[in-house]
This record gives sequence, C-alpha cells and structure tokens, in this order.
Amino acid sequence: MRGIIGYGTYVPYYRLDRSKITAAMGAGGGRGHRAVAGYDEDTTTMGVEAARNALRGSTVTPSSIWFATANPAYLDKTNATAIQAALDLPQDTWAVDAGGSARSAEAAILGAKGTPGVSMAVASDLRTGNPTSNDESAGGDGAAAVIFGDDEDAPVLAHTLGFAASTGEFLDRYRLPGDDSSRIWEERFGEQAYLALAEDAIERATKSANVGMEDVDKVIIAGLHARAVRSLSRTVGDKLVDDLTGRIGNPGAAQLPLLVASVLDEAEPGETILCVHLADGAYASVLRTTDAIADYAPFATVESQIEGGSDNLEYNLYLTWRGFLDREPPRRPDPDRPGAPPTFRSEDWKYAFVGSRDRTSGAIHLPPMRVSMDGGAVDDMERIRMADVPATITTFTVDYLAFSLSPPTVAVVIDFDGGGRFQAEMTDIDPSEVKIGDRVEMTFRRLFTAQGIHNYFWKARPLAD
Amino acid sequence: MASHGIKDQVAIVGMGCTPFGEHWDKGADDMLIDAAHEAYASAGVTQDDIDAFWLGTMGSGVSGLTLSKPLQIDYKPVSRLENMCATGSEAFRNACYAVASGAYDVVMAIGVEKLKDSGYSGLTGSRPPSDGTDSSLTAPATFSLLAPAYAHKHGLDEETMKEVLTRIAWKNHKNGALNPRAQFRKEVAKETIAASPLVAGPLGIFDCSGVSDGSAAAVIVRAEDAHRYTDKPLYVKALSFSSGPATGALDPSYDYTTFREVRTSAEEAYKQAGISDPRSQIAMAEVHDCFTPTELVLMEDLGFAEEGTAWKEALNGTFDLDGDLPVNPDGGLKSFGHPIGASGLRMLFECWLQLRGEAPPERQIDSDRTLGLTHNLGGQPGACVSFVAVVGSEVG
Repeated sequence: MRGIIGYGTYVPYYRLDRSKITAAMGAGGGRGHRAVAGYDEDTTTMGVEAARNALRGSTVTPSSIWFATANPAYLDKTNATAIQAALDLPQDTWAVDAGGSARSAEAAILGAKGTPGVSMAVASDLRTGNPTSNDESAGGDGAAAVIFGDDEDAPVLAHTLGFAASTGEFLDRYRLPGDDSSRIWEERFGEQAYLALAEDAIERATKSANVGMEDVDKVIIAGLHARAVRSLSRTVGDKLVDDLTGRIGNPGAAQLPLLVASVLDEAEPGETILCVHLADGAYASVLRTTDAIADYAPFATVESQIEGGSDNLEYNLYLTWRGFLDREPPRRPDPDRPGAPPTFRSEDWKYAFVGSRDRTSGAIHLPPMRVSMDGGAVDDMERIRMADVPATITTFTVDYLAFSLSPPTVAVVIDFDGGGRFQAEMTDIDPSEVKIGDRVEMTFRRLFTAQGIHNYFWKARPLAD
Repeated sequence: MASHGIKDQVAIVGMGCTPFGEHWDKGADDMLIDAAHEAYASAGVTQDDIDAFWLGTMGSGVSGLTLSKPLQIDYKPVSRLENMCATGSEAFRNACYAVASGAYDVVMAIGVEKLKDSGYSGLTGSRPPSDGTDSSLTAPATFSLLAPAYAHKHGLDEETMKEVLTRIAWKNHKNGALNPRAQFRKEVAKETIAASPLVAGPLGIFDCSGVSDGSAAAVIVRAEDAHRYTDKPLYVKALSFSSGPATGALDPSYDYTTFREVRTSAEEAYKQAGISDPRSQIAMAEVHDCFTPTELVLMEDLGFAEEGTAWKEALNGTFDLDGDLPVNPDGGLKSFGHPIGASGLRMLFECWLQLRGEAPPERQIDSDRTLGLTHNLGGQPGACVSFVAVVGSEVG
C-alpha cells in the first residue's frame, strides 16, 4: 500500500529573538524565536536543502517533484525545475509548482501521494511582514519534503488511513503580488469560520479512517490563523503536538509537513496521527506509522536543526536581509546577471555541483574540464557529483570590498574528502571564527539577484556535528 | 622546439613616464600624448621616425585607434594588447620581438590606464556573459589568500606575519617618498600601516597598491643602432612570459605560498640572460607588489631568498633601497601606483633611470652591478600570467 517512504526537513541556521523587535521598535515582537532564512536563501534553496535531506541515505529516485510555496522566487517560471536540477534528477522527472498560498502545500502533498511511482512533495516558505506586524514575529522560514511510494520502492513508514477537506471562501489573509506584507482581517471573524470548517473535515476524515478520537495518539494542528489554531488546539488536550512556533515561528506552507516530520522523527510503530491544516478551509488526514518507522533514521531531525541554529541574529540585519532596510552599497559595480545560454550549458555544474573526473588519473576538476590538469587527456572524463561530499578548509579570506547583501564575504579554499578542490563562498558563519582545518559541507544558495535573474550556486557551510 | 631569447639584440634608447596618480584633469588621450612625446624627446626622435607601435591597455580603449587617434599617427601599424595586469610588459615584449625579427627599425611600446574615471573602489572590468558561478572575490581578497597559507606553512604567528607585510608597505612608501612621479610621495609610519582599515583578510588599505592613472612608453631599436640615439642604451637581456593552466583553485597540491607562473618565467629569463645567482648579480628589481603578501612570495619565487626565508630578509632590510638587493626603489605599485597597462613600462622606466645613473641622487642605487629586473603579474594566486624582463647597461 502506498505511503510515506521518506522525508527531510530544513530549518535555516539563523534565529531572531523576538524581544529584539520590541527593543528596537518599541512595539511588535514578543517572546521566543523565529527561524530566519539567510540573506542568500529563498524558498527554492530551502526546498532544495529539505529535499536533499530527504534523499540523503535513501536509494529512491523521485520521478516527480511537487513544489509548493506561498512565496515563490519566480513567477511565470517554474521553481521546481531548479530543485530538480539541484538534486541531479534525470530529465524524465516531472517537476511542477503549486503556489501562492499556504494551502498549496496540500496540493503538493496530495499530488505526490496520488502520482504513480516515487513522488516527492516539497513545501517551503519564507514569511515576511511589515516591521512590528504579527506576521513578522509569528512567521518562520523553513522547508519540508515528503517522499511517497510503495513498499517495493522502500519500506513505507506511514499510511494514510483517511482524509477529508473542506473549503471556505472568506477574507482571512491576502496579499497583492509584489507586496512585502499580507493584510489580515479581524482575527475573531476568521476564527469562527475556521472552527466550523475544521470540525466538518475532522469528522469526515476520522470516519473514513474508521477511527475515533480516542484511537488518535497525536494531533497536529497547523495553520497561519493563530487564534483559530489555538481554539482548536484547546479541544484535543494532551494529544496536541508542539507546533514549534515558540522556537522557530510558523513556516506557512511548510508548517504541516514540517510538523509531520517532527512527529515521525520520534514516532513508534502503530501510532495514529491526526493532521489538521487550516488554510482557506480545513484539511484533515489520519496517518498510521508502520513497523518500518523504527528502523528509519532521518538525515537530520527537526530537533537537531533547531538546536544547531544561531540566535545571535540582530534585528537590523534581519531587516536588511528581508529588504526592509537599505544599506549603503560598496563603491563597486553591481554584479552581472548570469547569461541564459551559459547557465543552460553548465546546468550540471551550477545546479547539481557535478564536476569531472579523469578516468585515468582520477583527478577531480571543479568546475568540470574537458582537458585533464593531470596528464592532459582530452575528453576522457566521467561526471562526479560533489554536493554531498564533506571538505576541509585549506586557506581562507574575508573580503570587505566585494559586493554582498550581507558583507563581508567569507571565501574559503576547500579540499574534498577523497579528492577535488574548490574555492567557495562560505555562509552561516561568523567571519571571525573561520580557521584552516575546519570541516565544511556544500549548500545550495542564491548568490545574488541581478536584473531579475536569481543566481543560484553552491556555497560551503560548517559541517553539522 | 625551444625558446631562444633575444639577448642583446635590441635596446631601449628613450623612455617617458607620466606622474601616476589621480589625474582628474587628464584623460587617457592626454597621458598617452605626454608619455609618447617624453619618450620621443628622450630618444631624440620624432613620431615620424617610429615604424610601428604596441599599445597596452586593459580597459581604457580598444584597438590601435586608442593610440593613433590622439597622437594623430599617420597610417602606421598599432597593435593593442591586453594581458591583465601584465599588459604593459606584454606591449614591450612584442615590440622587442618585432625589432629583433628585422621587420622594423624603430618601434614604440606604450601603456596607459585611466582608472579613476569609474567612480569605483579598486579595479573593475567587464567580463563575458557567464553562468554566474565564477568567484566574485576582489583582487585584494584573492591575494590575501597567500598570507595565512604562508604563515601556516612557515610557522609565523599572525602578529609576525602582519609585521612582515607592514614592513614591505613601509619600505615601498619610503622609496616612493623620494620619487616625484609617484602617486604617494610620503613616508607612512608602521603603526599607521598596521592600523589601517581592513580590505580583505589581514590586508588593510596600506597593504594595497595605489589605484591610479598614468602612462609610460619606450622607444626600442636594434642593439647595433642604439648608439645613434644615446650613449647609454639599455640592452634587453631576457623576456619571458608564463601563462598557467589556472588550476590553483582546482589542484589540491597547490598551497597558496608560491606562483608557479613566476617560478617558470623567472627560470626562463635567467636562462636567457645567463644569470645563475640573481641575488648577487642583479643591481635592482621592480616587482609586482600589487599587495604586500605578493611581494613577500615573489622574493622566493624570483630566487632572491630561499623558500621560507623571505619574511626574515624583508624584516632585515635586504630589499631596502640601501639593502643587498633593492626591490621597488621607485616605490613599486604600492607607492608609485598601478595604472594597469602602464605599470610594466613604468618598471622599465626605473631600470632606465637607475642603470644609467639618472635617478634622483636621494634614491640612486650605488652598485657595480649592471642588470635590472622587472616582474609583472596578472590574475591571482593559482591562476595568473607572469612576465620577467632583464635589462642591462652593458652588452655581454
């Protein structure tokens, strides 16, 4: 029977202490932290990281990718194609976007679940709001990926026992394309609408699953409408799963799959999980874990990523990264936009971090080269993907002059385990802490955006413990 | 197949060099006119006597018209060359070969760069459309990679490394203070250098060469004709150029404490010139001190110091104006300034003054050696081009 055969999550490195908002603005903020995407991250790059975590250690190759976000990096152009390319998936993969609202995550999940073969849903969100707004402090950034398949693909970790959904057309939250912040109607209005829709969906879902609430072990309640989520949460008692909003905020379209992952990270075989998502209606599904969950080790748990973050981010830097605060630029030319044809020619390198290895000498070339630097053989290379290979810093510098959205730029020369060298930008690092001999891994990032083109490429970051 | 060199076949018989600096009142055209006419006067020729021209500029113009239009050259060949920061040397090298081949009797090599019109800090340049994956590091950042690697390899602590780099900048400023054509004409205290705002890695503003405007030119003839123009020609002993495979950032065996391109070009130049011990045979050297760690590493790559000892020699004053082997007596890129296309010819201009005994007395090197060396580099550690010339005041 078809079900979840793998998953991965991504919680970015930085946390904003909400009290820093209050301290700076005399308003807004609150208690706890929100997760913050780096200046070089967007929903596509975070989706890549979550999908990489889902696939690392797995033997399956997805034949479709369903990408959902309320904050797409591009409009009119599919964003899932960059994820497909960054994962080095073959051309016969079907990669598609579902976008615009938090609810689109449901489309990605159900689409992947219902598409034959191994299919992956990737949900990612980067939540912004006007300074001092509720959305600013309550939001969070992150991504989650869920792989669906059958037992012959990989052991199924959880089945869906039942599902139901309801829809309501009403003004809860809304944003015109291009705006930095959503507008929100009075919360008490939405609360009433959501509670009725949720009750209906939950009743039908449990009925179709043939379970009663007494059979449910855990309840996940996701949704951006905090007041409705709180009200509904009060009805489920101690079965309620921590929604992590105090520690990372609410990552919108990614919240439902991220919370499912956090439950699966610790689940025992035979657990029954009710998953509810409030977004322009209600979505309710009943999952049950299998025996295989006991043997499944996620590449990185949600908890380990939350623990591994830095809460030193200052509010002024946060505002700068999100475009609410313009710094004086360096007296340097703006970066050139990448050209479409050269980018097309180097897709394997730029997106998948695939170099070339001399079949005779074994020398690894990053970027790939046709003529070997060791022996001079011409066109006798094989492709070698280095995205998941750890490396060690050989030398480094800090560039205070180079163009960056968050100067200074840290640059490192790294030697990969088993061969291969690359000069990379380093990210998620305090410049004063870089040392020769430090261990790093690669991460997919957005270097900059020039003339409407996002320049995606790989950077080094400290190797997670 | 082999490289043969053209030792003593051609000679410089006249040179010109504008002051380098922020010439808000002069364009590239003006500086080309000034440098060319100073060189004509120096050689005692007119423009009509020049049979062909080689113009080096990285970005201050394209094609031979960049020179023939402001100088109103009447239908003579003008080649325009670019080889990154070694552009000026490349113009000189090709001009020398044209004379040695017998194709022309009298030629001019001239370089120019107008950097201060861009409004930006440091160097800028346009690159062909790319996939966006090339390094966006600035020049100081790429050269700063040398500092921690050198310190790590040779056991210097951060403080000592900073002292060495500061000493190099201090020396070149001290020399530049004696040079009326230099961009920066005053001594700078070591404390000021060491405390200057950071640009990249351990490098402060004072570890970087001056961004400036300028032009320099040379008139070149066959060696046997040289005495028709001057009693004191400068003979070309060696010209070498090395363009590497640019694999430093790919090859784990490269350790960022050397320039392989410099080592190969130096070896070739010494072979052509018949030099076995540059440290004791050369009177002075003008080297590509674009940033202070570059000069440090060059002292070893050019054979002026044993590997791992250049830092001690620099601290001991070996390369000072009154040291065993004066390096950058005119102030170097650091103090004279670095208008890209002009720098290689500016280095030769200092050899022209020093080896002919025509430098201002306060910086004239008192030496019985007759050879001068210029070294010009373009690119970055691990991916560069390198030029070495040896010139001498005597045949043989």
